[in-house]
Amino acid sequence: MSDRIADIYGARTPHTKGTVWPARVDQFLDPGVDEGSVDSWVQSACLLCSNGCGVDIAVKDGRMVGVRGRATDVVNHGRLGPKGLYGSTRWANSSDRLTRPLVREGGRLVETDWETAMGRIVDRSKSLLDAKGPLSHGFYTSGQLFLEEYYALAVIGKAGIGTPHMDGNTRLCTATSAAAFKESFGADGQPGSYTDIEHCDAVFLYGHNMPETQTVLWARILDRTRGDDPARIVCVDPRRTLVAMEAERTGGVHLAPRVGTNLALMNGLTHELLVNGWVDQDWVAAHTLGLDDLRSTVEPYTPEHVADICGVDPEDVRRAARIFGESEAVLSTVLQGFYQSHQATAASVAVHNLHLLRGMIGRPGAGILQMNGQPTAQNNRECGADGDLPGFRNWDNPHHVQQLADAWDVDVMTIPHWAPPTHAMQIFSYAETGSIELLWISATNPAVSMPESARIRRILEGDQCFVVVQDLFLTETAELADVVLPAAGWGEKTGCFTNVNRTVHLSEKAVDPPGEAKSDLDIFLMYADRMGFTNRSGEPLLGWRTAEEAFDAWAAITAGRPVDYTGLSYDKLRGPTGIPWPVNKEHPDGTDRLYADAVFPTDTDYCETYGHDLITGGTVTEQEHRAMRPAGRAFLKGAPYTPPHEEPSDDFPLRYTTGRTVYQFHTRTKTGRSADLNRAAPDAWVEISPTDADARGIAEGDWVRVKSPRGAIEVRARVGDVMDGAVFAPFHYGHWEPAAAAGGGHDDANHRLANELTMTVWDPVSKQPTFKTAACQVTRLRASDGPAPAPTTGASAPAERDLAPRRRPRPTQGGGPTTSTTLTETPTYPLDPAQEDS
Amino acid sequence: MPHLATYIGLADHSEQTLADSFRTVAEGHARAADVFHTCRLLAGWSDEHRTALAPIIERYGEADVDEPERLHAAGLAESRDGDIGLLRDLQDLHVLATLVQTTWTVIAQGAQGLRDHELLDVATSSNAHTARQLTWLNTRLKAAAPQALIVAP
Repeated sequence: MSDRIADIYGARTPHTKGTVWPARVDQFLDPGVDEGSVDSWVQSACLLCSNGCGVDIAVKDGRMVGVRGRATDVVNHGRLGPKGLYGSTRWANSSDRLTRPLVREGGRLVETDWETAMGRIVDRSKSLLDAKGPLSHGFYTSGQLFLEEYYALAVIGKAGIGTPHMDGNTRLCTATSAAAFKESFGADGQPGSYTDIEHCDAVFLYGHNMPETQTVLWARILDRTRGDDPARIVCVDPRRTLVAMEAERTGGVHLAPRVGTNLALMNGLTHELLVNGWVDQDWVAAHTLGLDDLRSTVEPYTPEHVADICGVDPEDVRRAARIFGESEAVLSTVLQGFYQSHQATAASVAVHNLHLLRGMIGRPGAGILQMNGQPTAQNNRECGADGDLPGFRNWDNPHHVQQLADAWDVDVMTIPHWAPPTHAMQIFSYAETGSIELLWISATNPAVSMPESARIRRILEGDQCFVVVQDLFLTETAELADVVLPAAGWGEKTGCFTNVNRTVHLSEKAVDPPGEAKSDLDIFLMYADRMGFTNRSGEPLLGWRTAEEAFDAWAAITAGRPVDYTGLSYDKLRGPTGIPWPVNKEHPDGTDRLYADAVFPTDTDYCETYGHDLITGGTVTEQEHRAMRPAGRAFLKGAPYTPPHEEPSDDFPLRYTTGRTVYQFHTRTKTGRSADLNRAAPDAWVEISPTDADARGIAEGDWVRVKSPRGAIEVRARVGDVMDGAVFAPFHYGHWEPAAAAGGGHDDANHRLANELTMTVWDPVSKQPTFKTAACQVTRLRASDGPAPAPTTGASAPAERDLAPRRRPRPTQGGGPTTSTTLTETPTYPLDPAQEDS
Repeated sequence: MPHLATYIGLADHSEQTLADSFRTVAEGHARAADVFHTCRLLAGWSDEHRTALAPIIERYGEADVDEPERLHAAGLAESRDGDIGLLRDLQDLHVLATLVQTTWTVIAQGAQGLRDHELLDVATSSNAHTARQLTWLNTRLKAAAPQALIVAP
């Protein structure tokens, strides 16, 4: 029995480089439920981070009562992390689930029936379409719906209504991943595979606190770093995370650049590869474009110059570059420290450049994992509910648009393709002025998760825009809506989703949703029916009724595209493991890694984008692209460093950055309703370095006020391992609180929302908002009666280990008992190179 | 070479006009965060072009004669309001940047005739930057136009 709050990763199963990752089955059942009394186990995959672990849901008496990792799944080999174990099912039985639709009457939300609620939406929608046309409608979705739901909404939005105003919170989370792939390789699509972990010599983690965001993937890395012939770790992070400590332990490097200076550091690493000749000249000549421009762009970035900009040791830059330059196989992973920071796309593209210069792509161990934050973000990108065209099609290519028009049997002019899709921040700007008058938000909580929260609340609660919210709970966002629709969640509906490394899983319905809650797919189909969307033949535009029919329709339109699902079906996905796309006649069992042939989807007629100016976001034209004759070669693209949009000043001398803790997911809608998880990180805090704390008379646990030009929060201070000059705040905490028994009832609930301080500004290419560069000041308010409520297990551990007893945090622990069983015989995993070799 | 000096003067003046106008639009449309930041960035590029041109102005002088100066375009003293105002401001910037670009094209031709490498480098690199300014303006115009024309309040 193990407490997976205290022991986040479970017992190590170390193994030697090149051998298969052993299997270990993790299981958690609600107290009082023993394994023998479980009625059924239902196949699914975990929805509490982007890793996509295969899982079976335990069902007893019509309720979800626990989870078990699937030993045969290629993603997790049976393991689950604390969020998956403790957080997967608890929310479903929570007494505050939405069970009936709500409509706003006299300023209050009141219960009603579906007929009334949907009637209001359809009336408003029809009258707006008559009066103002399709540009009056906006849709803001999630990284947590299912593939079939995104695709249904994409068809409704693009072919039914015809609005370009569709995006998801994926814009806040993974837009830069997609944008970086498109710039370098011509189309979205994760090149690497988790199996690269078994074969690499070094892992570079760029702004990626994997131990807290993808715990099972980190366990997989630990099993390499603690085994024979271990991989070295290089960490780029302003905090001393567990990644940083593993870098120190393995003889790697921890680079802690000043917040907002990632691109300068990346240019320095690129500079070092070029100067030292760590370049595969023949490969670069055959498979890339742009070397000369890249060389001149990075020419000024000597380690000393980089050290000045980033505040790092120039020798550390040299050492990190040497590890990259002298390794046979490097795996790079990237997440929010790059995506949500300054010059996001350019810095993420620079990671690709390093791999391209060394020819390290497309073979085991030489991989890139541009991570996602959320479990189904990938599907939003694929299906086009984020504004992109389904199947990684290029909005600027008339033939691609025509393919969709033919498939949907609609006039090509219906499909908005005259400009790039409208990104989330612009959608909210249009809603702010009443230019968009109907905004439909599904499965996300922008009142907590978007930057400059006060502005977002104003937009949502104002009269200028009619707001529809569909969710599991009355979130901070739903409270401000005009109509609230109760949605079924994971385990209460059937559908597929795809993880970071392209692995598609089927998640079956295990139990009925509560009350009148409906699946998001059924809600979208209900709206489409009531709106009477038809194709040119007069047939319903969305002819399908079930998730499986929606999946088959989706698979059909991916034919011939990089994201090829044509070889997948629900039957095939009911096997032992998820399957990575492309799956087609050529690759009937899926594809472990892309670009093994070094042919990239950059051909002008095939690519998803013609590319952008990384500094301005200006678009490259078709003619310009064609003139470069990319023909399957990857682009080496560079850009100079520019200072962040808001630099520290006398009034705001510190750099503010937001982030995550391992025990909470997103805005806590699910994890906050698991007492095991919520008690481990029950309330907000802010991390400040010992030096900055001393200068302000701040001790561990003191109440502090953190202020930026946009707003302030008042929370307790953790004097922690953040670099001098930086301040870290977790973004999870809005004003919603669970019951006191589940670790709720804090009196700072109305002044702890990290996004009160962040800026309205975004990357010029990916349009991802910047959550990690704002200037702030921290001042002491008063002492508190104990330490900060931050966990002690991860990067939030206190810097000082021998604090006075009153200020010493209790070790984070107390999760319910789970079991872990290491299998003596490792299953056979399709496509796993460690097993193919033997 | 009286007319080359005139064109060098025109480049200097029109880059300044463009830089000032970018800043006017940035401030006037600060609510559009990307317009605010990108226009300020692009104004800086025009400043850099003038800095690079400064030593050449020393050499050739900066003449101000009547005829070619008719090309001189007035900058944006103030920005317009709202979504449609942004559209028109971006169009005005595009006109100003086009004048800058053709001026660099003309100067580059002169520099080639004179075999003046320094001037040719400045004209060529500035022209490449101006092209990127124009590309961004065109991209932003296209994105903003439908909403501004059809549904802006």
